[in-house]
Amino acid sequence: MTAQEVADILKQRFPVAVADAAVEGPHPCVAVTPEAWHEVAVFLRDDPRLAMNMLRCISGVDRHPEPQIDVVYELIAMRAPGGAARQEPRPPASAELWQNGGTIAIRVRLPRDNPRVRSVADVWPAADWLERETFDLLGVTFDGHPDPRRILCPDDWIGHPLRKDYEFPKEYQGIPAAAAPESDSSRVTK
Amino acid sequence: MGWLHNRFEENLAITSVNWALNWARSSSIWPMTFGLACCAIEMMAAGASRFDLDRFGAGAFRATPRQSDLMVVAGTVTFKMASRIRRLYNQMPDPKYVLAMGACTIGGGPYFKYGYHVVKGVDLIVPVDVYIPGCPPRPEALLEGLMRLQDKMKRETIAKKPATDSHD
Repeated sequence: MTAQEVADILKQRFPVAVADAAVEGPHPCVAVTPEAWHEVAVFLRDDPRLAMNMLRCISGVDRHPEPQIDVVYELIAMRAPGGAARQEPRPPASAELWQNGGTIAIRVRLPRDNPRVRSVADVWPAADWLERETFDLLGVTFDGHPDPRRILCPDDWIGHPLRKDYEFPKEYQGIPAAAAPESDSSRVTK
Repeated sequence: MGWLHNRFEENLAITSVNWALNWARSSSIWPMTFGLACCAIEMMAAGASRFDLDRFGAGAFRATPRQSDLMVVAGTVTFKMASRIRRLYNQMPDPKYVLAMGACTIGGGPYFKYGYHVVKGVDLIVPVDVYIPGCPPRPEALLEGLMRLQDKMKRETIAKKPATDSHD
């Protein structure tokens, strides 16, 4: 299934929520409004034509100085040998490989001052850690996330480091962090 | 330093005991099984058969800080890891030594300017005995650093240190 066909199915089903699609080029992408994103996600997973059963990646894009942060969800439909999305019992490992039944990227545009979108961790379990990473590094809040903690930075970290206007910490727990000559005086000696 | 240090007057017997202690200590360095990033791969190579850290008595990698007397900080030290490294260092028995291996460990390396998460040198957390530059250092460089550490250990004494005027 081509990206154009995926975009057409989405536009037909969600004429309001699916605003524009950029299916040309190496990274076909469909923009979805944040309010409708969870509903669209369930449709993408459960519709037998699409059956996007695997979430490969979630990226956050800081559009600074534009007041916008994008969250990009990379989806792929993994088809078992024979074409079905799910097949029980599973075919033996020696059978022909699983097929790529189509890929699409979903772009959700959020306001930069309060980026907030419904979590899809209940749709694709893979979204759990990916959304935690997006929250940790870009400060996007995922409503309804089962475990909304930081994942990479320490829990007491201040700020979201991959924002374009992030200010580096001067120190962390007493350890000087600034790459400055005055930090030489704080070297530990025996 | 250990419980023996700084207790005896300098004399001939102490000199001989020094020699024996330092020979034993520098010939049986037990490093801690502890690696943080790519430098740890070079450290593993140094421990394996081609470079064979055991030729210098430092091949017994211990899986606990309580049995180790050398911490090879091999890899990028992040702020999240800093408190753990400090705790591991505190758990090691005296006398203990630290080798800072690689550019990241010495001063932040390639993360010096734009690494918001990287400690700009592990000597901000624990005292370092020998710095080994490189990105990563070759196993030969680690062996060289180990031999410099052995030199340092061989100069130690259990005699009382002469009283020095302190101005700070």
